[in-house]
Amino acid sequence: MADPGAAREVRLSVNGVERAGTAEPRLLLSDFLRHRLGLTGTHVGCEHGVCGACTVLLDGEPVRSCLVFAVQADGAALRTVEGLAGEDGELSPVQQAFHEAHGMQCGFCTPGFLISLTALLEERPQASEEELVDALSGNLCRCTGYANILAAARAARDRAAEGRA
Amino acid sequence: MKPAAFDYHAPESVDEALELLADEAVESRVLAGGQSLVPMMNFRLAVPEALVDLRRIEELRYLRIGADGALEVGARTTQAELLRDPAVTTGWPLLHDGVTHIGHPQVRSRGTVCGSLAHHDPHGELPALALALGATITVAGPAGRRQIAAEDFFVSFYEVALEPGELVVEARFPAPPAGSGWSFREIARRHGDFALVGVACLVTPAQTRLVVFGAAERPLLLADPSEVAAAVRPLDDLHASAEYRRQVAVLLAGEALAEARERADG
Ligand SMILES: Cc1cc2nc3c(=O)[nH]c(=O)nc-3n(C[C@H](O)[C@H](O)[C@H](O)COP(=O)(O)OP(=O)(O)OC[C@H]3O[C@@H](n4cnc5c(N)ncnc54)[C@H](O)[C@@H]3O)c2cc1C
Ligand code: FES
Ligand code: FES
Repeated sequence: MADPGAAREVRLSVNGVERAGTAEPRLLLSDFLRHRLGLTGTHVGCEHGVCGACTVLLDGEPVRSCLVFAVQADGAALRTVEGLAGEDGELSPVQQAFHEAHGMQCGFCTPGFLISLTALLEERPQASEEELVDALSGNLCRCTGYANILAAARAARDRAAEGRA
Repeated sequence: MKPAAFDYHAPESVDEALELLADEAVESRVLAGGQSLVPMMNFRLAVPEALVDLRRIEELRYLRIGADGALEVGARTTQAELLRDPAVTTGWPLLHDGVTHIGHPQVRSRGTVCGSLAHHDPHGELPALALALGATITVAGPAGRRQIAAEDFFVSFYEVALEPGELVVEARFPAPPAGSGWSFREIARRHGDFALVGVACLVTPAQTRLVVFGAAERPLLLADPSEVAAAVRPLDDLHASAEYRRQVAVLLAGEALAEARERADG
């Protein structure tokens, strides 16, 4: 049997592109994305599941990438903030709403908010106010720009509900 | 922070997992959703030598209604999968409502039902829900399988009636009888936080099951709100004083029982 403590190859799809890298078991998925694959759009704040900056979509579901080991994502399909905009750089409806409503200040928390909100609106385009708050409550903004973040979330929801997402 | 090094195993069957857990020379832990274990490893509060990940064990990935009408939840089933199942929403509304209070969607999409029971944070929702609903926990170990009633499963803070080498494979929630009513209430500092104190209540034509949690080293099963003040042994910490927790427990118990009775009549 292979040494269970040894680094191994992890293969996964990230934003539709097949990627691979080596990971020892203790390497977190957040660090794998940033340091092995060079995808630094996924941010790391607290590294214990509280701030949501590291949120990515793993097989379609929003998860904290700091609470997943890279070896657990072998074979998975990931979406990160780098995959939200169109090929020509056109912002996604959620990104556009954050841009228009000024839903960011320093931008540190933004990737996590964008991913959490994208996940919600893809599942529930007509999300209620309560569902918006629930989906975003797992993301912290240290600049405390929550009013504009919620305004952006509502605008993105209204567009998604009209079928323009 | 980063976790310490460990050996990683992802077996494909329960038998294989049990074999790995049986090796007494290695301090192994089960990895389910990782929503409690990985933060503890990142803080190095937990430094296991090996992890046995359940993620490839397909035989544990189910959510079904058994022959006797009980809801059977395999150890791979996440809290999000439970919330998405319409049969749970209609048949086990207390369970559904209680689980919506666990953390955030990003936590529930990985966190498992059985992992939360095995972890047994006394401020957690699922141990209280299991007790209120009269759930049974099935564990597999070197000596075969056994079933443990929720009343006997939760021992003390982060301690359950699991023997070394044992694995929780299923949680079974009996269907509440027709005419039952329910209520779930909790007080937390912020939306998605662990409860400071909470109450899960089920009123059936035959009995009242009132569970107070976050007020002792394990959830407490009581029959009436008048028992709460004397039964609780709340923590006194920076989140809330013991006296506050006691008062809120008494209040929530009264409100929950009234609401459950109202729903039972209606
Ligand atoms: C930001 C945040 C907020 C949270 N808020 C809440 C909350 O409000 N309420 C709440 O209840 N929880 C909360 N949690 C914890 C969450 O509910 C976890 O999902 C749950 O406690 C553990 O389930 P898990 O599947 O993630 O288990 P893991 O983290 O994988 O394991 C936890 C422990 O249980 C053991 N274990 C797991 N599965 C089994 C099994 N099948 N057999 C034997 N042992 C097993 C592990 O070895 C480990 O010791 C929160 C977590 C985070 C990160
Ligand atoms: S870095 Fe993952 S939740 Fe904060
Ligand atoms: S914009 Fe600065 S942390 Fe949110």
